[in-house]
Amino acid sequence: MSETNPHPTEAKPGQAAAASSAGEPYLVVDDLTVRFPTADGLVQAVSNLSYSVELGKTLGIVGESGSGKSVSSMAVLGLHDERSAQISGSIRVDGKDIVGLSDAHMRQMRGNTVAMIFQDALAALHPFYRVGAQLTEAYRIHHPSASKKEARRRAVEMLDRVGIPEPQSRVDDFPHQFSGGMRQRVMIAMGLINDPSLLIADEPTTALDVTVQAQILDLLQDLQREFNSAIIMITHDLGVIAEMADDVLVMYSGRAVEYGPCKEILTHPEMPYTWGLLSSVPDVSSDINARMIPIPGTPPSLLHPPTGCAFEARCNHSDKVGGDLCATTLPDMRPGGRGQTHLKRCHLPDPDAIFLSEVLPQIAPDLAASASNQSSEES
Amino acid sequence: MFGYVVRRLMSSVLVILLASFAVFAIFYLGPSSPAQPVCEGSGRACTPERLANIEKSMGLDKPVLEAYGTYMKGVVVGRDVVIGAAEYDCGAPCFGVSYGTRAQVTDELKERIVPTILIAIGGSLVFLTVGVGIGIAAAARRGTIGDRVMVSGSLLVSSVPYYLLCLLAWLYLTLKTDIFPTTGYFPLSDGDPFKTFTGLLLPCLVLGVASSPVYARYSRGQMVDTLGDDFIRTAKAKGLRGRTVLFKHALRAAIVPIVTIFGLDFGTLLAGTIFTEKIFDVQGIGVWGLDAIRPPQDLPILTVTVLIGAVFIVVSNLIVDLVYGVLDPRVRLG
Repeated sequence: MSETNPHPTEAKPGQAAAASSAGEPYLVVDDLTVRFPTADGLVQAVSNLSYSVELGKTLGIVGESGSGKSVSSMAVLGLHDERSAQISGSIRVDGKDIVGLSDAHMRQMRGNTVAMIFQDALAALHPFYRVGAQLTEAYRIHHPSASKKEARRRAVEMLDRVGIPEPQSRVDDFPHQFSGGMRQRVMIAMGLINDPSLLIADEPTTALDVTVQAQILDLLQDLQREFNSAIIMITHDLGVIAEMADDVLVMYSGRAVEYGPCKEILTHPEMPYTWGLLSSVPDVSSDINARMIPIPGTPPSLLHPPTGCAFEARCNHSDKVGGDLCATTLPDMRPGGRGQTHLKRCHLPDPDAIFLSEVLPQIAPDLAASASNQSSEES
Repeated sequence: MFGYVVRRLMSSVLVILLASFAVFAIFYLGPSSPAQPVCEGSGRACTPERLANIEKSMGLDKPVLEAYGTYMKGVVVGRDVVIGAAEYDCGAPCFGVSYGTRAQVTDELKERIVPTILIAIGGSLVFLTVGVGIGIAAAARRGTIGDRVMVSGSLLVSSVPYYLLCLLAWLYLTLKTDIFPTTGYFPLSDGDPFKTFTGLLLPCLVLGVASSPVYARYSRGQMVDTLGDDFIRTAKAKGLRGRTVLFKHALRAAIVPIVTIFGLDFGTLLAGTIFTEKIFDVQGIGVWGLDAIRPPQDLPILTVTVLIGAVFIVVSNLIVDLVYGVLDPRVRLG
């Protein structure tokens, strides 16, 4: 195997400035591929992924474990070790391509204009440093002229803003002295301390109970309104997506399989994997006898991804596609019947009709009934 | 915290008492009488009657618990020690009088403990810097050639038997060349601290180098584990430099178990560095105990070396636990 480095060696400052264009969204990920060479072979963690996020908007990325959600987002921060990851494609932050950028340049961006908050704040915060020390460290690294006192004031201000009571004294506590929800707020305060333009939230509410989860999501929305930041919300919880996201990107086996406006994706999904995700959401308001329908099987190995559609083996609609197209040919991301902004990666002809007639009645009979009434009235 | 320390101190004292009693009892109940060497060493024929007399004079005919009580009382307030016909005034803390040299054990202990402590400290400084340093460097370069060189290099060093390493160093660095010409222990009381330092330099280096591989591998493992932790990813995501992430974040977390192991090792070192002392001719605790166990056995010396070893190990355990509470704020001592 050739050891060619897919990275452009170093982005020249002039080049980056020239690439900046006023009309482009704040973050544009274009044809991003992330691979990890291992002893067993090349792990194709993310393949040909493209998406964009504008300031003030939220993109939700959904998919099951190992679908490449976190790997692709960590690439946006340049957090992959260049010795162990092969990254190609482009990631443009504010018009500047950061793929292959030197670590020194990346560090200026990390935690400053682009910040990340992680799930499980207990593990993600350093256990031996007081939260105040961790917050001020994040502030001072990007504000070298700030005094310790100013940084501390800023830390207290941020703790106050994320709704931690008595921030003046809690700033001197250790992470283990906070409750789970409060700890996640500390994590958010740390992510937002430098007013980032882009905030990547990697399953920020996964370990939290539902009421705390709602508070955290409200908090993120408030802060987004205040700072007009772009947010990428990585989750496997479609409820979170429905509440937060403007756009949704569904990932499967390292690839985008459906991408479009949130309402579109949730009401008229066109890809059987998205149907499966929707079917496996428990719904308290529905008939108590209604069943949660799991997606059978497991995702394919990222070491040897299938040549055709990665979901083909688990898809129970592939018989509606002629021949063995699904097994042999990877579908492109292309618009379906519902406008140019809704992209899907599927060979199925007229998926919307299949969804309404076969899938929706199973997962939400009431909705299906009203939808069919509506469509018969329309016709 | 205070209550914890008091409770730990009390249990430490108990452990030391039990350890010293165990040693006492072993020799008391052992196959040969502790009075045998005294009897034989007096120049006259050792008849059973003489042996019995000497045993009686030394109090060896009394029950072991009573003899132990007398001994411990002497440690606290001093006592008169009788060996055969001779009587010695042994002031507190009295650990008895050597059967062989008839010197006060306490006085010799004070002298002998100095080189052992110096070697333990010097050796520790070497293996902490070299061993932990290599561990950190290897972990930071995990999977590279540098990592492999460091790991296999330390494996190589650790597979050489320690006494061989000592002998080779002494042979080649002191005898054959003049790199460390004045190896040995020159007491501080000689008034030449520099000579004391240079004399112990080689023993410390050899001890340190020999212990380094263990620390290199252990701290490499700890660092590799820590570098995979979530908070390291957070530190990187803040935009911190690689060096800051490595030392301020990773090492800070990885150092806690290293300190624990070190505390226990250091206690063991203080209890005697037998090989090092023997080969480099340093009159420390280890050699003292080793010589005392060879016939004719010298019970007072043996007892004190075991006792002092137990004290060092128990105390270093206690310190480790206290330091742990300081290093890891999640550990509440109470």
